Amino acid sequence: MDWQSILPAVWFVVWGVLWGIYFVLDGYDLGIAMWVPLLGASSEKERATMHQVTGPFWDGNEVWLITAGGVTFAAFPLAYAVLFSSLYSPLMILLYCLILRGVCSELRFQWDNITYRMVCDGLIALSSLVAAVLLGVAFSNLFRGLPLEFDAGQNFFMFQGNILNLLHPYCLLGGVLFVLMFLVHGALYLCWRVEGDLKNKAFYMATMTWPVFMLVFLVYVALTFTFAGLYVNYLSVPPLLALPLLCAVLFILSGFELYKKKNVARSLLFSCGGILTLTLTGVIGMYPNVIPSRLSEAGNLTIGTAASSTLTLTIMLVVALICVPLVIYYQIWAHKKMAVTIKADY
Amino acid sequence: MDPIILSRLQFAFATIVHFFFVPLTIGLGFFIAIMETRYVRTGNEKFKQQAQFWGRIFLINFVLGVVTGIALEFQFGTNWALYSKYVGDIFGSLLAIEATLAFFLESTFIGIWAFGWNRVPKKIHLMAIWFVAFASTISALWILLANGFMQHPVGYTIQDSVARLASFTEVLTNPYGWAMYLHTVSGAFLLTGFLVMGVSAWHLFCGRNVEFFSASFRLGSSFAVIFSILIIIIGHSLGQVTAKYQESKFAAMESVWETQTEAPMHLIKIPHFTREEGNLVEAMPIPKFLSFLAGNDFQHKVTGMKDVPPENRPLVWPIFYSFRLMVGLGCIFLVVAVATFFVRGMIASFGWGLWVYILLIPLPYLALQLGWIVTELGRQPWVVFGLMRTADAGSPPVDWYQILLTLLAMIGIYGVISLTGFILMIRSALSNPQKPVEHYV
Repeated sequence: MDWQSILPAVWFVVWGVLWGIYFVLDGYDLGIAMWVPLLGASSEKERATMHQVTGPFWDGNEVWLITAGGVTFAAFPLAYAVLFSSLYSPLMILLYCLILRGVCSELRFQWDNITYRMVCDGLIALSSLVAAVLLGVAFSNLFRGLPLEFDAGQNFFMFQGNILNLLHPYCLLGGVLFVLMFLVHGALYLCWRVEGDLKNKAFYMATMTWPVFMLVFLVYVALTFTFAGLYVNYLSVPPLLALPLLCAVLFILSGFELYKKKNVARSLLFSCGGILTLTLTGVIGMYPNVIPSRLSEAGNLTIGTAASSTLTLTIMLVVALICVPLVIYYQIWAHKKMAVTIKADY
Repeated sequence: MDPIILSRLQFAFATIVHFFFVPLTIGLGFFIAIMETRYVRTGNEKFKQQAQFWGRIFLINFVLGVVTGIALEFQFGTNWALYSKYVGDIFGSLLAIEATLAFFLESTFIGIWAFGWNRVPKKIHLMAIWFVAFASTISALWILLANGFMQHPVGYTIQDSVARLASFTEVLTNPYGWAMYLHTVSGAFLLTGFLVMGVSAWHLFCGRNVEFFSASFRLGSSFAVIFSILIIIIGHSLGQVTAKYQESKFAAMESVWETQTEAPMHLIKIPHFTREEGNLVEAMPIPKFLSFLAGNDFQHKVTGMKDVPPENRPLVWPIFYSFRLMVGLGCIFLVVAVATFFVRGMIASFGWGLWVYILLIPLPYLALQLGWIVTELGRQPWVVFGLMRTADAGSPPVDWYQILLTLLAMIGIYGVISLTGFILMIRSALSNPQKPVEHYV
């Protein structure tokens, strides 16, 4: 293999890692936002505390999504063009959810009025829920393959059928899976960061949600290896199966730490690992397609077809190798500085 | 309905709203950083109050800029798929680098700044706002280099009918991108200066916190005077770059139809409100001045629109009027800023004269939007100048009614969030800075 053919594969893995980091980080923001109306129903102080927990970080976390999107554009322009235009309506809804989530998270603090703040909190929770569902449905559709055919006349990979084709039960289950995964993840993170009554409530909610999540997770993985074509790669290179196994083990360990050891920090850490490996399991299964087609071989959009020039990929790799570790370093630093345990002063 | 028209409307709407928040983010970040530096150096609490008062406006403005910015990255793919496919190799990589270099820095450190007054040491808090301020200018540089490629494509080869990167250095040293960058950032600082002066003038007029707002006003007036001068010098070089690389845009800006050397500039000119050639009125010429503007040389040849093939011409009149109005506003800013600079020490005693500054607040916003209208309408009918037409850049799988629905939804959502943000910003701007700021409680 020469540099020219290795590069797209490297970028494909980087692309997967970026998405994985995004789900790990924004997962807790989305999860906590969904918990706010449930856990903080009776107390503005508790709702404010929950938003203070994610307040300094949601924006930095969301940039991983922007970067994942930017890398799709830069490294696989054709895939970016096909994916974003094929999934036009769901992506626009996702966009509006992200906009509402962001604006309301920041503006809720700017006016000390109980009704205003409850409207903001409601919008944040709703937009986070819809965003989680959409991300789950979208990625499940990628795993399953989109209804794509190459259209020689347009010289473009055209989406066949309509938006309802995206709502296969397997994909809907993916939406449920993401919601549950972020709910557990968010509850764990919240529990780790606060004290007192809120901590107890978050802990209770984490223990109540985890079994449901685990059930859906196992069903989803089983379905992924039947409905989606992801198993092909794993059967042809069996050692790769270590990845989905590791994913399952991490999620189980997360539960073990939660129930047996009552160690929330470690449970959260395993949850992070689980989300990252789950994303990578899907991405590795898709290789060498950035967007698999479930209609025909010719409809598959491979990394080779979609990749940018070797020069662009090389330059971006240099930038990424310097900047991404730096970003991870200062985000961890910022987290250490800012993620103090928030005492409930009431 | 034509999906291209709808996509253009949607992109224009999203960008215009986005750009209402961008310039203040760039300028006010530095303003706050300077105030907080004074606080850390002197330990004087009144500078901390300055940083906190302007900081509240900054944060509201910042978040609206961030979220409306995400829309743009999505839209290249959703609405302009063929464009994305065509330029992704170059344009996409500039966006990805922008995210990695600037967005992470900005978003991580804004969190520290907003929530960190009591959580991190003073110097780290100060560092955070400087990082945010510089990150916003880094961000501007990369996005404007990307836009520069659309205006004046360089460093590419066409391969398999898409543009491929040939020279990264050429893309990074694109004179068009740099001229736009300096012009835009100057505009951002100018706008900030006038906004700070206007808000301060209101408080001074009411006679509240006179010492505090006189101090804000002084720094605001320094921003205004420096950048109202710089923006004209840089604007002049941007005009020359335009005359050199985008003859059709330059011709539209001045509504010039005949190619000529020693071209005069007409102070009064009325173009047709159609695509008809020529002007309705041309009067009060300044001899040879347009040639000078185009090339720093009174003999410089200015290409007229009649020498641009009709299918490559932009619609002249909106570009012409936007440009005229922008330049006129720029002259007003220069006069006001320079005059103010000499009397800024006694501004508190201006009485009703302070209303000049209050009423001027919206005008830099208008001028900056007009500048972008000139830039982007003047680029038409091309999406990448000379290479790809806007009409060929859309998304084949997307139907017109999908775009119409998302456009209406966008107008609704942007309307609500902008209005809320606007009210909250005015509320912050009119609040009393002496009150302890209940930041994020």
